[in-house]
Amino acid sequence: MTLLEFARGPALQVSLIVLVLGVVWRLVGLLLLPYKKDLSEARPGRSALGGAAYTIVRRLWPHREFQHRVLFTYVMGYVFHLGLAVVVFGFIPHILFIRNLTGLSWPGLPNWAVYLAGSVTIAALVAILVRRLTHDVLRLLSTPDDYFSWFVTILPLVTGFLTAAHFGALYQTLLAVHLLTVELLFLWLPFGKLMHAFLFVFSRGFTGARAAHKGVQT
Amino acid sequence: MDEPQRLGDFLLRRGISRRAFMKFCTAMASAMAMPPSFAKSMAKNLESAKRESVIYLSFQECTGCAESLTRSHSPTLETLIFDFISLDYQDTLMAAAGRAAERAKEEAIKRAGPGGYLVVVDGSVPLGAGGAYSASGGKTSLQILGDTIENAAAVICVGTCSSFGGIPYADPNPTDARSVSQLMEAGKVPSKPVINVSGCPPIPVVIAGTLAHYLTFGRIPELDHLNRPKPFFGETIHDRCYRRPYYEEGKFAQAFDDEGARSGWCLYELGCKGPITYNACATTKWNGGTSFPVESGHGCLGCSEPGFWDGGSFYKPLSAGMLGDPGTLGAAAAAGAAVGAGAAWAHRRRNARAKEEG
Repeated sequence: MTLLEFARGPALQVSLIVLVLGVVWRLVGLLLLPYKKDLSEARPGRSALGGAAYTIVRRLWPHREFQHRVLFTYVMGYVFHLGLAVVVFGFIPHILFIRNLTGLSWPGLPNWAVYLAGSVTIAALVAILVRRLTHDVLRLLSTPDDYFSWFVTILPLVTGFLTAAHFGALYQTLLAVHLLTVELLFLWLPFGKLMHAFLFVFSRGFTGARAAHKGVQT
Repeated sequence: MDEPQRLGDFLLRRGISRRAFMKFCTAMASAMAMPPSFAKSMAKNLESAKRESVIYLSFQECTGCAESLTRSHSPTLETLIFDFISLDYQDTLMAAAGRAAERAKEEAIKRAGPGGYLVVVDGSVPLGAGGAYSASGGKTSLQILGDTIENAAAVICVGTCSSFGGIPYADPNPTDARSVSQLMEAGKVPSKPVINVSGCPPIPVVIAGTLAHYLTFGRIPELDHLNRPKPFFGETIHDRCYRRPYYEEGKFAQAFDDEGARSGWCLYELGCKGPITYNACATTKWNGGTSFPVESGHGCLGCSEPGFWDGGSFYKPLSAGMLGDPGTLGAAAAAGAAVGAGAAWAHRRRNARAKEEG
């Protein structure tokens, strides 16, 4: 079995099994945790559900009061999340990968647009890391999870670029390494901070619902 | 009367014109990406070169490789190579048969002496059932190969079967087929320099060019990590494909007969293995430079690569996974739900117990 066959076959199968099992495990485990009832009377205003929906949407941009502190994080966060989305869902070989897995397909983007988005994404990820390393408070708050999650996110982008450019090794080796780095991301996603891809809705919603009950603005 | 051993004399006697000879040298130099001036020195070297004795062994194969080189509609430049070598044994082409043919081979080996001849191997060698799947003259292919290459200067594996096992080697490999290199690595036959001219079949000009290189320089050409001559296997089909610009533009044919396919769009989505296949099809082309598979509208199968038959579907894009049973993901989701529910239940039990205790 060649490295590419390994990456396209058993390694992909195992990483997808771990991804699905891990994500469902964590979601079901969290959602079935005992919920402590709030016995106080709800304040007038939004319902719990309304508060949840409001917070999920409202947190998409910063509050004016904190804007000067968090603007960089928001802007860079948007740049690399949107860039990542363009790369993952716009590049035709990626769409073919998803189609093979799920049967879903959509039109792709020209390669130049994907390369541009990929470059910007990598630059944004580097900027975010530099800020984490140089910001006194952020550095103290950072854990190995933050750095490893950053690493497994940027790695497929870098290997993807090398693969597209046929740079540094044989194409099949580069493609295999790229797939293996994506599989590393799949393996890590349920167990680290990358799980926010699924949990952000629940954490924001829960906070919003609680705050609405108390009549607090979020 | 004995045939002259110097190539120049031999060609003269055969009535091969200087023009045809120079044409061959130019074609070979161009195929090997050598400068045009190289054709002159190639011609000079070839003229004074000795006609190399070549023993061509056919094992577990379909004869497609020999057909590729010999069955052209009209004599081609590639077939001129048969005038440059002394093909002393080729069981499909030679007039002799049976013991006479075997005797011819033994005499040629004896005449050439140690290191004085080349062995071309076509087909894989089966080890299963004691080698009974492929035997001739009471000897297994393994014995024939071992005996023949013992004193050879080098072994040229023509085709993917002898180079990497090919179709006989495909899972489940019922005959326990092996490539020549695998047999050498396992110590089952003597180790010799190996040149793999892979392809199913290999391109005629690549076979001829490899032989011409050896005859010109007296040594084997520079090889890649799979022992293939770099001048022909240095780039992928994708690198030199005329449809490549459409890959860059993100224009892919969706079906073999759609408008995109007819307009020359990239066949990646239809399973083309060009990006991982090293061969010269896109540059030298086939049938006298007429076209190559991708130009004819079909994706590359990757036939010059090891294990091409087992590399997933020919019609599945390279970026698609080779997943087994998709039901395993459903089972993983069910298992995840069970583990998550179990964890939450354990947490509730712990809370309840803590409440009871105090």
